[in-house]
Amino acid sequence: MDLLNALVVFTNFVFIPAVAYGAQLAIGALGVTLIYGILRFSNFAHGDTMAFGTMITILFTWWFQAMGISFGPLPTALLALPLAIVLTALFVLGTDRLVYRFYRRQRAATSILVIVSLGVTFIMNGITRFIIGTEEQNFADGERFVISAAGFRAATGLSEGLAIKSTQAITLATAVIVVAALFWFLNRTRTGKSMRAFSDNEDLALLSGINPERVVAVTWIITAALATIAGVLYGLDKSFKPFTYFQLLLPIFAAAVVGGLGSPVGAIAGGFVIAFSEVMVTYAWKKVLGYLLPESLAPEALVQLLTTDYKFAVSFTILIAVLLFRPTGLFRGKSV
Amino acid sequence: MTPRNLALFAAVALLFLITGVFQSWNLALSILNMAIVSAIMAMGVNIQCGYAGLFNVGIMGFAALGGLAVVLTSSQPVDGAWRAGGPGIVLGLLLGVATIGIAVALYRRMSMGPARTATLIAVLAGGFFLYRAVFDPAVVAVEANSPEAFGNIGGFGLPALIAWPMGGLLAAAAAWAIGKTALGLRSDYLAIATLGIAEIVIAVMKNEDWLARGVKNITQLPRPWPVPQEVDLQKSQPFLDWAGRWGFDPVLTSSIIVKLAYAGLFLTVLLIVVWLSERALQSPWGRTMRAIRDNEVSAEAMGKYVTGRHLQVFILGSAVVGIAGAMMTTLDGQLTPGSYSPLRYTFLIWMMVIVGGSGNNWGAVLGGFLIYWLWIMVEPMGLWLIGAVTAGMADGTWLKTHLQDGAAHMRLVTMGVILLLVLRFSPKGLIPEK
Repeated sequence: MDLLNALVVFTNFVFIPAVAYGAQLAIGALGVTLIYGILRFSNFAHGDTMAFGTMITILFTWWFQAMGISFGPLPTALLALPLAIVLTALFVLGTDRLVYRFYRRQRAATSILVIVSLGVTFIMNGITRFIIGTEEQNFADGERFVISAAGFRAATGLSEGLAIKSTQAITLATAVIVVAALFWFLNRTRTGKSMRAFSDNEDLALLSGINPERVVAVTWIITAALATIAGVLYGLDKSFKPFTYFQLLLPIFAAAVVGGLGSPVGAIAGGFVIAFSEVMVTYAWKKVLGYLLPESLAPEALVQLLTTDYKFAVSFTILIAVLLFRPTGLFRGKSV
Repeated sequence: MTPRNLALFAAVALLFLITGVFQSWNLALSILNMAIVSAIMAMGVNIQCGYAGLFNVGIMGFAALGGLAVVLTSSQPVDGAWRAGGPGIVLGLLLGVATIGIAVALYRRMSMGPARTATLIAVLAGGFFLYRAVFDPAVVAVEANSPEAFGNIGGFGLPALIAWPMGGLLAAAAAWAIGKTALGLRSDYLAIATLGIAEIVIAVMKNEDWLARGVKNITQLPRPWPVPQEVDLQKSQPFLDWAGRWGFDPVLTSSIIVKLAYAGLFLTVLLIVVWLSERALQSPWGRTMRAIRDNEVSAEAMGKYVTGRHLQVFILGSAVVGIAGAMMTTLDGQLTPGSYSPLRYTFLIWMMVIVGGSGNNWGAVLGGFLIYWLWIMVEPMGLWLIGAVTAGMADGTWLKTHLQDGAAHMRLVTMGVILLLVLRFSPKGLIPEK
């Protein structure tokens, strides 16, 4: 029995990565859920909006690096982020003006809008690949660790190390700020309240004189910001690759649906549910159990429930399990 | 068939002819074969979405299951694999199914409360470990059986033509299980669930090496009955004489003959599926389906069994996709789970249905031919266009190389633009539903 070391291993390999990943998924899922709440369709282009925003961030980061601008110990990408958000928001507003608005005016069925978003997915995917290529890009710079494994071992005298990457710390800090700001906006400001009213009952909101075009535009801007932030955080933590971002759509959808489409709280909860189940099911528990169990019982095998290749499978199994018992998600999302 | 529709089909046929005349007949025929397969997949989607309004974006999974059925049915048995672990694998899978069955039965029989939750968790956890205990050693044994060449359970060595209906059956069985669990979901929830299920299918196929060697791929799957091997043709004296008399190049001709044979087979399947679908659409069953699609509540009020009909149409459509997936794997002669991507096998097929005309079988067929041709030909056209644009630039400049490298990605943009244009200006597709 060595509880402390077991706890450190668990924190290092399961808890911290899952929290960081969960925060990234939660911010991504917030974007999906907002679009669903206000515009009433599942936006398949969200993964590619993330990729697009991250790509612009990377381009600005390179430019800043070339000019010798840095952000001290923090990644330069954080400096580029606001600019990227503005450009992504403009792009997304452009797609709304050119594409989505027509169907909104027609009050087209949800399934039509989903397929329209598929067309936008194709285009954004192509543009991203055209501009930055399909290869993997690493754009994290600055300090790598907040706490390094060796430092932790020296400080505590434990045999296991605990490392916190600076990208993980940044992810968490950013997520807290973003979520707090978003909820403040939705609950306290006039525009936020009109958005919620619009989401709850479109006709009633229109009757009360809420300008739908304004609500929709604000929603797209917030979504673009959320998508870019989520994409940049994920890219800093791991790396950027257009195809990976397209695939990220799957856990993000899973998170939004598990929480209940249209429910912001649900999106956050869903993000963490998906992240924790993905990491825990695919983690090899051998080391943790080795510390926890008496030596005679210590496992020989890896004690891995499923290999890491199954991580998407895990998120969707959770999704289906949740939907079976709560057809509109944990926080009772809407269905149109 | 109205004159307008005939003209549309003629125009698409012209595209293939132009490819044949100006590029090569070999290329035109290989596009044609995949276009027929795609058209059949599009019919499957059309049966689900056009007839019944089901939003299934898990097409990729059903196509892959069809391919898996080909491997399991028509590849040669692997020496010693069954003895190594066949019974263990079957027993393990049965245990897994039994666990789920018992859990479902308990969930239905017992009343809600902590007792039920505890029993369910105990049954599921116990069943999982029992399943792993039986299944894992068998899998290890099978995968250790000459792993360089095989390491999989092997097939039955049956003719490839039998593998196609088997592909349909496997996809139908999966659709039954999925439909039972997920069909109760509302529109977008169903879409996202099926999207994920397809990913699960691919993940299983990539990782379960005992099944079809996973990402190590299975190659050299047998050809269906009348299709010869190119090498055999090139060795046969009558063929060489015949080709020599006409002055054809024997190598090129043999490959064209093989492709023509495939095209003949595939067209037969396509026509059978179209005929059956058209019959179904005109029947009382088809009218029920459309009534349910247009207004679920009133159809239910008229005494129609909506859930049952939905399940039925979900299974039928998936089976059609499974058959097409099996045909594609036979045509490729190999199963490569790593090559399945939702963009190509789900969204492109959806695009065929939307562009062609949702709810109309001929529309789905036309969409299949047109969109697949574009999917293949847009890339060379993009390269040509970029070549023309960059012709004036100096060689080796950054912009020129970048544009040339990126030209291949223009096909996604083009496909997206086409989809959006059709949705905007011809929302019911090229051949609208009657």
